[in-house]
Amino acid sequence: MPATEKRVEQLDRVVIRFAGDSGDGMQLTGDRFTSETAQLGNDISTLPNFPAEIRAPAGTLPGVSSFQVHFADYDILTPGDAPNVLVAMNPAALKANLADLPAGADIIVNTDEFTRRNLAKVGYAVSPLEDDSLAEFAVHPVALTSLTVGALADLGIAKKDAERAKNMFSLGLLSWMYSRPFESTLRFLERKFAKRPDLVAANKAAFQAGWNYGETTEAFSVRYEIKPAKMRSGTYRNITGNQALSLGLVAAAVRSKLPLFLGAYPITPASDILHELSKHKRFGVTTMQAEDEIAAVGAALGASYGGALGVTTTSGPGVALKSETISLAIALELPLVIVDVQRAGPSTGMPTKTEQADLNMALFGRHGEAPLAVIAPKSPSDCFHAAIEAARIALTYRTPVILLSDNYVANGSEPWLLPSVDELPDLQVEFATAPNTSDGRFLPYLRDPETMARPWAVPGTPGLEHRIGGLEKADKTGDISYDPANHEFMVRTRQARIDAIPVPDLDVEDPAEGARVLVLGWGSTYGPIGAACRALRQRGLNIAQAHLRHLSPLPANLGEVLAGYDKVVVPEMNLGQLASVIRARYLIDAVPFNQVSGLPFTAATLESMLEDVVKNG
Amino acid sequence: MAETVALKLTAKDFKSDQEVRWCPGCGDYAILAAVQGFMPELGIPRENIVFVSGIGCSSRFPYYMNTYGMHSIHGRAPAIATGLSASRPDLSVWVVTGDGDALSIGGNHLIHALRRNVNLKILLFNNRIYGLTKGQYSPTSELGKITKSTPAGSADSPFNPLSLALGAEATFVARTIDSDRKHLQSVLRAAAEHEGSAFVEIYQNCNIFNDGAFDLIKDASSRDEHLIRLEQGQPITVGGLNVVHPEGSFGLKVQEGGTPIVHDATVDDPAYAFALSRLSGSDLGTTPIGVFRDVRRPSYDEIVRKQVLDAKTQATGTPEEMLDGLLNAGDTWTIL
Repeated sequence: MPATEKRVEQLDRVVIRFAGDSGDGMQLTGDRFTSETAQLGNDISTLPNFPAEIRAPAGTLPGVSSFQVHFADYDILTPGDAPNVLVAMNPAALKANLADLPAGADIIVNTDEFTRRNLAKVGYAVSPLEDDSLAEFAVHPVALTSLTVGALADLGIAKKDAERAKNMFSLGLLSWMYSRPFESTLRFLERKFAKRPDLVAANKAAFQAGWNYGETTEAFSVRYEIKPAKMRSGTYRNITGNQALSLGLVAAAVRSKLPLFLGAYPITPASDILHELSKHKRFGVTTMQAEDEIAAVGAALGASYGGALGVTTTSGPGVALKSETISLAIALELPLVIVDVQRAGPSTGMPTKTEQADLNMALFGRHGEAPLAVIAPKSPSDCFHAAIEAARIALTYRTPVILLSDNYVANGSEPWLLPSVDELPDLQVEFATAPNTSDGRFLPYLRDPETMARPWAVPGTPGLEHRIGGLEKADKTGDISYDPANHEFMVRTRQARIDAIPVPDLDVEDPAEGARVLVLGWGSTYGPIGAACRALRQRGLNIAQAHLRHLSPLPANLGEVLAGYDKVVVPEMNLGQLASVIRARYLIDAVPFNQVSGLPFTAATLESMLEDVVKNG
Repeated sequence: MAETVALKLTAKDFKSDQEVRWCPGCGDYAILAAVQGFMPELGIPRENIVFVSGIGCSSRFPYYMNTYGMHSIHGRAPAIATGLSASRPDLSVWVVTGDGDALSIGGNHLIHALRRNVNLKILLFNNRIYGLTKGQYSPTSELGKITKSTPAGSADSPFNPLSLALGAEATFVARTIDSDRKHLQSVLRAAAEHEGSAFVEIYQNCNIFNDGAFDLIKDASSRDEHLIRLEQGQPITVGGLNVVHPEGSFGLKVQEGGTPIVHDATVDDPAYAFALSRLSGSDLGTTPIGVFRDVRRPSYDEIVRKQVLDAKTQATGTPEEMLDGLLNAGDTWTIL
């Protein structure tokens, strides 16, 4: 493709949102643009937003699917609050996203779809392209569909297939506008349509046509460049949270030298982990699509009992169903990793939208005194390390561990600095192989004095035959016991052994030192909180940020950290679940700040809230 | 399948040190003794045998077996045992359950374990009552059963457990009786030899809450008229009557004269075993015991294991090298 002679402007950051009908391929378009951008070395953060319906009625507001990508020449923390550029493939996509655009934003619209019928579907009496309702924006009307069909006229492609390639036209145009390298997209198309050479040619031609359109027409006068970000040296790939979490589980299997057994029942937004792990059988990974959520966790627990790393993946409704089996795992003191990719609840709620409202369930949602470990990843790539940490705690301390991801980190993506395998923690375990008393008996509940874990004696080990179960067990022997003092002891011991799991101290980020307000978060709010704090500091305000990865047990220094500030603010995508824990545990008047819209916090929302707290107390 | 070796084990080796706590006179004692007496025949080391149970009187069973064992939660034993069996092909995994555990709260797991043909031996102790919760009707209690929870009689019709298992594509289905040790052990033997799910219904007397539920087919005075003993290759008869397949009928019938059908548990079409299962209704009028169906179909364990083994065989490099390759897959870029 020839070099352009158009004006080139330098930008430090851009937010683009691709929006269209569910069937328009916007997720794929966004994904490719992200990959091209990653190749260039910009820092990236992405946010897909799509309906739960697979194909809502075409052209309607509920059917709009979008993908937002934020890229910059510096390190960024969020997918961006407001898009600088909106690509709207139809009137519904325009209408659904318009309110998020700041004045001056570029809007690229597919004029072919602005028919009277499509306008009527979303309640436009007059086309917004023809009145002055878009006056504050820079609108670029492009006949995306007909230009694509025209560009493919000589290829002998069916009209329907040609029309479907319009997303590649838009990708070509945007790739030209932002000077993206496109070789990886061409290679991707060859892979994706390997069995349909005609579609490879069509999509490549559509991409090329979009690129050329930008370069040759007068509709676009400026081309932009965003220099690579200064990032730590190393090899990167762009990764979503669900992918990273899956790879973390595979890594845990490799580093523990144990077979991995995943029991799962399909549920949004966790199913992608099942899909991903089912591809990695060569690592000794067995995946079982169970008949229900209960069987999924049951099979995982059965595999753990047999000496595998048992894992079950689900979302909130699934955790509710698994609750009884998780309590059994607590009583049996066996390793088990439960992944909860949280979504908006209660009940079916909004399955493709995010929320952090399962924290209470993870901490307290079981019958009896049933403590376990809970950890939460803070970003898409962090899901890799969080999964390894969950496996490490489960294996070392023989306990169920709940890993609280959410839809925002699960489907969002960011560049991931690839770790070297030998730097990953060694998770090897020792199974019991011999009696553990001086008189040659085997006591299944005789604990390791350091970890308080009981021996993991797997079936098949001669001489260690024993029975375990959900009935209360006598200390050491594991025999059935109704002794009051023993129950008291066992209940307290189960709590004590979780409390005693060593977790790293909480770090506080307060570059200027002397902040009087601490903002405390957990899980996926790390990005927007971090971005808000950064913005405040750039404006000369002092604020400290701390982020919890371990929610059970909490870091030992947390109380001390909290006591060092005049005000502790806890933003959460729930109605104050962590804030309640903080208040109850530390008698600190933590200030909750809550949003339950199904969308992540914007940095701007948090910035304005925190500014008010910092200035006015 | 668990490996078979020459071992000198006796029934005593399979008795654990735990005090057995069923009610005096409970049919579970007889089953426990029969199972402990049968286990040495398996030729499998104790450490490679696992009993997994749910909740209920019968589910205390694992505590009394000197093997590996798990007393799990209500209804979930087949699910837990599936994960164990699929990941440990070297083990012989037995599930002990009851009519409430397997057919009520755990119905879903039972049918799916059978459908998948997981390599499990499932022993369902059917006493047609809830014992541990003190006498409510169960999903195998007869319609109109008067119990603590149904003083006016139960309003729901019972399951026929064998018909249910057959409908769930079970490859091995059998029935036996707690008090007939010899028959019970012969059925256990056939179940143990079966690769895949083996479903065994054991009629078990609850002498506290449903005493005498199976007297009709147990008492010497009546059993010959009502109990049908299925034996491979033998004509099926009961009390001088023949079990025949009347022309134009879908099922089997007990009648005078005609040509009795000859039992063959290996018939591939489950309709045959299903027709046998329908001979006994709630009233036990004509009740077959023995092996109804015994056919071979690849087990879930085999298929799953093969997929993993094939993938491992095709892979090259150490697990660490493969992991490095997996992490570095796709579009990567390097910053110097």
